[in-house]
Amino acid sequence: MTQSNVMDLDKRRSAATSDEEARNPGMALALDWIDEIRVNRSAAERRVTTLAGRRTVKKQWQAAWLLKAVSCMDLTTLAGDDTEGRVRRLCAKALQPVRPDLLEALGADKLNLTVGAVCVYHAFIKTAGDALEGSAVPVAAVSTGFPAGQSPFETKLKEIELSIADGAGEIDIVVSRRHVLTADWRALYDEVKAFRQACGPAHLKVIIATGELGSIGKVAKASMVSMMAGADFVKTSTGMESVNATLPVSLVMMRAIRDYHERAGHKVGFKPAGGISNAKTALQYLILLKEELGDDWLTPKLFRFGASRLLGDIERQLEHFATGRYSAANRHPMG
Amino acid sequence: MSTTAEIFKTMEYGPALEESSYVLDWLRGKADGFKHFIGGEFVSGKDGAEPIESFNPATGEKLAEYPAGGKQDVDAAVAAAKAAFPSWSKLSGHERARYLYALARLVQKNSRFLAVLESLDNGKPIRETRDIDIPLVARHFYHHAGWAQLMETEFPDHEPLGVVGQIIPWNFPLLMLAWKIAPAIAMGNTAVLKPAEFTSLTALYFAELCREAGLPPGVVNIVTGAGETGELIVKHPEIVKIAFTGSTEVGRIIRRQTAGAGKKLSLELGGKSPFIVFEDADLDSAVEGLIDAIWFNQGQVCCAGSRLLVEESVAERVTQKIKRRLQSFRIGDPLDKAVDMGAIVDPVQMERVEALVKQGEREGGKVWRPDIPLPSKGCFYPPTLISDVSPSNTAMREEIFGPVLVSMTFRTLKEAIALANNTRYGLAATIWSENINRALEAASQVKAGVVWINTTNGFDAACGFGGYRESGFGREGGREGIHEYIKLRKEWGAVETPAPTPEISEISSVAEIDQTPKQFIGGKQKRPDWGRTLPIASHDGKYAGRVGLGNRKDIRDAVEAAFKAENWATTTGHARAQILYFIAENFSRRAGEFAKRLTQLTGATKAKARAEVDATVVRLFSYGAWADKYDGLAHSPPQRNVVLAVNEPIGVIGIVCPDAAPLLSFASLWAPAIAMGNRCVVVPSERYPLLATDFYQVLETSDVPAGVVNIVTGERAPLTKTLAEHNQVEAIWHHGPAEESKFVEEVSAENLKRVWTNNGRARDWKSPRTGEGREILRHACEVKNIWLPYGD
Repeated sequence: MTQSNVMDLDKRRSAATSDEEARNPGMALALDWIDEIRVNRSAAERRVTTLAGRRTVKKQWQAAWLLKAVSCMDLTTLAGDDTEGRVRRLCAKALQPVRPDLLEALGADKLNLTVGAVCVYHAFIKTAGDALEGSAVPVAAVSTGFPAGQSPFETKLKEIELSIADGAGEIDIVVSRRHVLTADWRALYDEVKAFRQACGPAHLKVIIATGELGSIGKVAKASMVSMMAGADFVKTSTGMESVNATLPVSLVMMRAIRDYHERAGHKVGFKPAGGISNAKTALQYLILLKEELGDDWLTPKLFRFGASRLLGDIERQLEHFATGRYSAANRHPMG
Repeated sequence: MSTTAEIFKTMEYGPALEESSYVLDWLRGKADGFKHFIGGEFVSGKDGAEPIESFNPATGEKLAEYPAGGKQDVDAAVAAAKAAFPSWSKLSGHERARYLYALARLVQKNSRFLAVLESLDNGKPIRETRDIDIPLVARHFYHHAGWAQLMETEFPDHEPLGVVGQIIPWNFPLLMLAWKIAPAIAMGNTAVLKPAEFTSLTALYFAELCREAGLPPGVVNIVTGAGETGELIVKHPEIVKIAFTGSTEVGRIIRRQTAGAGKKLSLELGGKSPFIVFEDADLDSAVEGLIDAIWFNQGQVCCAGSRLLVEESVAERVTQKIKRRLQSFRIGDPLDKAVDMGAIVDPVQMERVEALVKQGEREGGKVWRPDIPLPSKGCFYPPTLISDVSPSNTAMREEIFGPVLVSMTFRTLKEAIALANNTRYGLAATIWSENINRALEAASQVKAGVVWINTTNGFDAACGFGGYRESGFGREGGREGIHEYIKLRKEWGAVETPAPTPEISEISSVAEIDQTPKQFIGGKQKRPDWGRTLPIASHDGKYAGRVGLGNRKDIRDAVEAAFKAENWATTTGHARAQILYFIAENFSRRAGEFAKRLTQLTGATKAKARAEVDATVVRLFSYGAWADKYDGLAHSPPQRNVVLAVNEPIGVIGIVCPDAAPLLSFASLWAPAIAMGNRCVVVPSERYPLLATDFYQVLETSDVPAGVVNIVTGERAPLTKTLAEHNQVEAIWHHGPAEESKFVEEVSAENLKRVWTNNGRARDWKSPRTGEGREILRHACEVKNIWLPYGD
C-alpha cells in the first residue's frame, strides 16, 4: 500500500466516524406519514423518460461521472458456485477497478479509485475481508435468508450476528415481503428495527424487493417504514427477482428518501441493484439522483450500485474517451 | 476547462451541444433569401416589400430572410390552390393517403435536421423539438394518411371544402403546420399556409419535402409574411375556410373580418389554463407536471398550465417543492441537450412578459425566482412564480405567454372549480388527485376543451384539441378535427325568401274568448317588458291574433332564466329523452289544432299542414332518441392511457328561427339543443310566432324544467341583435337574411360565441338528411378530451 493510500484511508476512517454521528437513528413508526403517501406510476415514468432528454453528460464530464459510478459500486458476486478463489479475484478488481494507465490518461490517477464495497454471501466475508485488508473498501454481506427472506426470524438475527462477527461492515437484509403485501407496516417496522439493532455499528441496507410488491405505492411505503426503522440504505432488489431495479421505482424511492430527510432530518442512502449493466444506464441513475436528491447524495456514503457486470462496460467507455477508439472487453482485467 | 478529476469532485454538468453545422450550411445556401412556395415552385415575392429577417433568439444572429407576401403573392397562391383542387379532391382517399404517408416518412427521415432548425429558429430546447415537436409532426401525417384512406367509408356524403387558408403561430412552428396541413389535404382540400414571421424556416424546409414527396403542385402553398399577409388570406374571396392558431385578440379580428363571407372558421386561441392540485395528489409528480406545464417551451404555449390552484392543506409543501425543483432548473443554449428551458422567441415577447410580471407585482403579487445562472446574452427569462395573487390580479387574468406561474389556494373542490372557471378562456385544465372520483368530478365540471388528469400537455393526432369560450372554437386532431375540413354535400339550398306579410284588412277578435299569447320565460308566461304587442296576419290578410313585441329586456330575462337552468346540463340523457318524448306525446294530442293554425297562417292545404305536424312529431321523437345516443369517443393515443372525448352541452344557445316550415323548423332547432343539455332562448319566425306561442302550452304540460326553453316573440332583427351581443349566450344559431348573418358573426367576436348561420340560404327541414341528426347535434356540443393515464 502506498503512502498516499494510507493517508487517504485515514481520512476516510475519520470521515466514517463523523458519518457515524450522522447515521439515520430511525424514529417511531408514524402511520399517518404512510397513509399520506401517493404515487402515480404514469407520472413517475414520464419523469424518468423525459429526464433522459433534459440532462446528459459528455466528454470529460461523462468520464468523471463514470468514475463516480465506479466509486459507488458494490462489486457483487452472489452465485451458488462462488468459491474463495472467485471472491479473491473480485476483491483484487475492487481495489483496482480501472487500468492504471487509463486512469493516468484521464488525469484521474490521484483519485485512489476503488469501488464502494464488495458484496458477497456470508461464507465469503472472511475471504473478502482478508483480500481487502488495509483498504477502505468494506465487505457487505447479504443476509436474513437472502434472497427470499423466508427463514425463521431467529435464524435471520443469528445470521446478521455471525456476519458481523466475521467482519462485515455492511449488511444487506431482505424484508418479509408478506408484511408489505398485507400492509402490516408495524410488523415490517419491528422486523427492520430488530435487524438494525443486530447490525450494531455495521451499516444496514434494506432490500425491499420492489419487483415483488405489486404496486409502486407500496414501494414508497415500504421504503418509508424501513427508514423509520433505522435503515442506512434502502435498496431496490436482490437481483434475483424477475424485475429488479428500474428508473421509475428508483425515482419513487429517492423521493421517499427526500421526504424522510425533509421531515425527519436524516439522510438515508439508496442502492439500486440488478439489471444495471451498462454505462449509459448508470449515468441515468446518477443524473436522477443529482436531480431528485442533490449533490450530497453523489457519494458512496449515500449511493451504491449493486452490480456485477456494469464495471466492464464502464471500463470500455472510459478507454474510448481516453483514446478515441472503441474498446474491447479483453483489454480490461476481469474481476 | 474543468478536468476529469475536478468534475469527479464537483459532479457538475458540462456543455452538451447538438451538432448544427449541417443545418447552418443549408441556411448559408439560402443567403440570397428564401422564396414563397406556390404551385410547387419556389417563387420570389412579387410585391417588392422589404423582406423579413429571421433571428436566432438565443444569440441574436440573423439566420435568414424571406419575402413579406403581398397581394400578388397571395393571389398567386390561392390561384395555384384553386387550380389544384379539382384533381386533388377527385383522387381516391387511398391515393391521397400515399402522399401523406410519404410526407410522414420524409419528416422522420429528416427528423434531426428539422429538430435542429426549429430550435435555432424558435429558441426552444432541442429536447423538445427532437422528442416532442417533430415526432408529433410525423405522427400527425401518419394519422391523417389514415383518415384520407378512410374518408369515403367513414365520412360518406361529405366532401372537401375547397381552398383553405391557414395561419399559424411561432410557438410550435412545424407542429402547427402539421395540425393544419395534414387534415386539410387528407380530406381533399388544397391549402395556402402562412407561417409566423418569426419562425418560417421549418415550413420552408417542409416545402422542399412536399416536392420530394411528389405532392401535386398547388396542393400545399406557403406564403411567408406578417400580419398584413395574413389579412390578405383571411379576406381572400376564393378561400372558403380559415384555420387560425394564435392570440385571442387576432382571433377576434379574424372573426370580424370573415363575418358574412360564408367562410368556415376554426380558431385555436389563448388560454389561462388552471393546474389544480388536490391534497391527495402525488405531490412530487404534480410539481414535475407543473414544470412540464408552464416551463415547457418557455411558457409560450396556449394551453400552458399557468394558473396553479392548490388545496390549502398542502399549499406550503407544494410551494417548497416547486422552489426546490426550480433551484436545479437549467436555462441555456437551446441546442444544449441538458437544459430545461431555452430562449424566448423575440425581444418583443420578452418585454411583454416582463411588463405583465411587473404589473402583477404592483397589484400585490409576490414574485419569486430561483437563484440560477442565466446566459449573459440572448432572449432568456428566468422561471418566475407569482404567489399571493387574487383572482383580480392582472397576472391571474391575462395570458402572459411566458415562463411565469401564478398561484393561489382553494379549500374545496367546489371552490377549485369556481376559481378554475373564473376566466374568459377555456382551453385546457390539469387535475392532480389519486382519487378517481374527485378527479373525474373536477374534469366534468371544468370548462375546458382538454383536461389532463395526473399528466399534462398530452398531445396526439388521434385526440381533439381546442377550446371552450374565448379560447376559440373547432377541434384539431381526431375524428372531431376532421369535420373542420369537410362539409355535408348539398347542405344548403338557394336563397331563403322570407314569407310574405300581408296587410291585415281588419283587426277583430278571432276567438270566442280572447287569447293573450305572451313571452315564455323561465317556465312562465310573461307580458312583454314594454307592454306592447304585434298583430299577426293570417295567410289571406285576416287578423290572426297578437303576440308580445319583445325587446332587449325580454331577451335579458330569457337569457338569465336559461343561465339559471344549469341543472339541465347534468340531467341524464335518459331523463332528457323522457321529456322530449313527453313533449311529442302532448303535442301529437293537439295535432289537429296545430294543423289548423298552420293552414290559417301559411295557407297550406290541410294535407300539407297535417304532414308538417306529423313530421314535427317524428322530429321530436328523433331528438328523444338522440338524447342518450350522441356518444363521445374513446381515443387511443400511443401511450398507456385512455382519452375520453365527451360531448358536452355548450350552455345557453340563442336560436333565431326561419319562416320556412315554421312549425317543423322551430322544433328542429330547439329540440337538438335541449336534447344535448343546452338551454335556449328561441326567437320564433317573425311571421308565424303564433305556432311558437301555441307550443309553449305543450312545453308547460310536458315537465320541461323552467328556463330550459324560453320563447321571445317580436321583430327578429332587434331581438337577434341583443342575443348576438349578449356575452352570456355561448352559441347562436341564426336562420335569417344574409346581411343579418354578417352582423351576427361580427358582433359574436366579442365573446367568440359559436355561430351557426344559414348566411341567407334555405335548408330543407323536411329531409332527415339536412333537417336532423349528427350535422345539427355537432353544433349543440363542445367536445372535451379527458386524458386518463393509468397504471399502478
